[in-house]
Amino acid sequence: MTASDAGAFSRREWLLSERPASRMQARLGRAYVAWRRFTANRLAFIGLLIILALVVIAALAGVLAPYSPTVGDLKNARLLAPSAAHWFGTDDLGRDIYSRIVYGSRWTLYVVILVAVIAAPIGLLVGTVAGYAGGWTDTILMRITDIFLAFPKLVLALAFVAALGPGIENAVIAIAITSWPPYARIARAETLTVRNSDYIKAVQLMGASPFRIVLRHIMPLCISSLIIRVTLDMAGIILTAAGLGFLGLGAQPPLPEWGAMIASGRRFILDQWWVAAAPGAAILIVSLGFNLLGDGLRDALDPRSGDQ
Amino acid sequence: MTAAITIEGLEVVFDRFRALKGVDLEVREGESYGLVGESGSGKSTLLRAITGLAPAAGGTITVNGKALGKTRDKAFYRDVQMVFQDPYGSLHPRQTVDRLLQEPLAIHGIADGEKRIERALDEVGLGKGFRFRYAHQLSGGQRQRVAIARALILEPSILLLDEPTSALDASVQAEVLNLLEEVRRRRKLTFLMVSHDLAIITHMCERLMVMQNGEAVETLTASQLIGHRVSEDYTRNLLRASEGFVRV
Amino acid sequence: MSGNPDKQSKGALLEVDDLRVTFPTRTGIVQAVRGVSFSLGRERLGIVGESGSGKSQTGRAIMGVTPPQAQVSAKKLNFDGIDLLSISPGQRRALRGNRIAMILQDPKYSLDPVMTIGRQIVETLRTHEKVGKAEARERALEMLRAVQIRDPARVFDLHPHEVSGGMGQRAMIAMMLIAGPELMIADEPTSALDVTVQLDVLNILDKLVAERGMGLIFISHDLRLVSSFCDRVVVMYAGKVVEQLKASELRDAQHPYTRGLLNCMPRIGFERHPLPVLDRKPEWAA
Repeated sequence: MTASDAGAFSRREWLLSERPASRMQARLGRAYVAWRRFTANRLAFIGLLIILALVVIAALAGVLAPYSPTVGDLKNARLLAPSAAHWFGTDDLGRDIYSRIVYGSRWTLYVVILVAVIAAPIGLLVGTVAGYAGGWTDTILMRITDIFLAFPKLVLALAFVAALGPGIENAVIAIAITSWPPYARIARAETLTVRNSDYIKAVQLMGASPFRIVLRHIMPLCISSLIIRVTLDMAGIILTAAGLGFLGLGAQPPLPEWGAMIASGRRFILDQWWVAAAPGAAILIVSLGFNLLGDGLRDALDPRSGDQ
Repeated sequence: MTAAITIEGLEVVFDRFRALKGVDLEVREGESYGLVGESGSGKSTLLRAITGLAPAAGGTITVNGKALGKTRDKAFYRDVQMVFQDPYGSLHPRQTVDRLLQEPLAIHGIADGEKRIERALDEVGLGKGFRFRYAHQLSGGQRQRVAIARALILEPSILLLDEPTSALDASVQAEVLNLLEEVRRRRKLTFLMVSHDLAIITHMCERLMVMQNGEAVETLTASQLIGHRVSEDYTRNLLRASEGFVRV
Repeated sequence: MSGNPDKQSKGALLEVDDLRVTFPTRTGIVQAVRGVSFSLGRERLGIVGESGSGKSQTGRAIMGVTPPQAQVSAKKLNFDGIDLLSISPGQRRALRGNRIAMILQDPKYSLDPVMTIGRQIVETLRTHEKVGKAEARERALEMLRAVQIRDPARVFDLHPHEVSGGMGQRAMIAMMLIAGPELMIADEPTSALDVTVQLDVLNILDKLVAERGMGLIFISHDLRLVSSFCDRVVVMYAGKVVEQLKASELRDAQHPYTRGLLNCMPRIGFERHPLPVLDRKPEWAA
């Protein structure tokens, strides 16, 4: 056994120790167990790689893209088929589709992250408060949730964008507003299963305020199911954003948003298929990546499985 | 001797079911008092009514000379703590022992946390090695020790014990019962202990109340029970049942 | 005692030799049962142990209801001359319920919540015997009467959630006994019941076992209860049998584990402070 092997081995021992010596070790050990469970699932790992690739591409778009995403060569390069110079061909305005897709990844990430950051906390807060408080608070909060759930997501998002005006920021807001209710439902269901457990009662018997109980004892238990659900929803969010873009209500030209790119490629779909197919494939791959990742996270984080 | 807990005419109603039908009880300071009964007798409900977990529909509860209203203030929980029956359900699954013990200190703004946590763990016989473990890394007996440490860390004068050993193996039960007796002696605690097992109650308590269907059947001293000097048939039945199976 | 001493010599109903049950887990193989051997006549045998001793897995392995990932092996696992490990799953299923029956701790989980108690008993009977509907009903009612349910016709039409724990456990016993099994495995049959009800249920079980000449394996954590109910006791620790003895000779138990287990329980009229605790020796598990 080489020295580095021995080092890795003892590090593993340290992480899996049954007797952690510090808060940090306990936390890392727990994360390590989840990580091992996650990586044991090969598909989930592929999902993670896809999402990491998306992040890297978005970060390095300026380096990776050979052409400008917004300015094309109208004179010489309209609707060129894929070639060595233009990997995915060019569109009707002579812009390199590969470069547009690379830059478009930024908008995809932008939408996904903003929606998650806005919708998940709203859902978590509404759900846990409704579930823990019960009574009137629960009834009122859940009826509001029901109202949002009663409309198809895209239709509601359309209505919001129509009211707010087209644009990618408004599309994000519209999607966020329409996607929190399922999170609230999940958080409430989780809260209901734990609110009567002895460990929550034990905290009540220490004199903890309801606010403290919800924030410090109930929310942490809801977060993993929420992360899983949000990850699985990412694909839907991307598709909704693309749908809004396609309908002209999301990103406005010349932004290289994938949905809008498909919309503009629609006109040439029979003769110049690559204009619509390339962004379509990008959406497909990223959606798939999020789905695979979500599935893997479900196995790794589910508190009901194994010894978590 | 003064009374630690005085209960008069306590009624608890869940929906329309009367779980407690006017129960009187007096637990003296420093005493260990047992509540015995079968399921549905209301013995656990009585404990929960004292802590405020079950709503009192009538009657009065006085703890350390202070009459309790509908809500309990923070000071109440520094006087009265409880140990639950199921050690697998009473520890938060996502918190380390350290975090579990820190929580009551944080809620009550107690400063010397480090020292108290180490002392509490030593006192229940776990030591430092257990401090950063999660509940799933502990056995049933160890979990119950952590639950006892958590109840003791606020230094209460009254400990409510809701079948603290019924989910444990017999050999572990003995260890936990010994631990409870020891902390009671050392800290001069008042115990109010619920159990379905007469043998445990006579082992742990000086006086006891037998309960059935939300009512008190009779109040006895442990020595009366041991000498079979009981006046109610129900108590006699319980005594007979606790002696094991007899072929007829 | 109703049993006669030479019962065992009539040829064993069940023979278990070197029974092993292992579970593969992520962290390696867990050996739940590590070489258990005993034989059973038409008698009451108690298997006693604490949680993790493998007592329940032993019962499940005999019944053939271990979880699918578990591996069961034995030098010999014979029921009435039938090698249980070599017969087909179908034959095993036919034995189950018909000639070997099992009662579990909580009737809430073993009775079907959406079917009336009577129908469950009738169905059980009709899967094992060809009988008409009317006759099956008659026999089910009779069985309910046999487990001392006072108003069998009413209980027949109730759902499991409408009866108390003791009543549910009696219904469970009725269901298990209707096909007239020769071997009954009872896994903590009374642990979820109140003490007074517990004795009623044990009385019923005792009477039926004696009347029908069944073999009974009574699995429990409660050494004192088992010793007062059974003829013989097998004490298990860490997947192994540490001691086998006659229930009447429990006081003379040799193994420190058995003695410790007996000693550590509080008893009415015996003042011991602190209670003696079990000093677990690693060699017990070896």
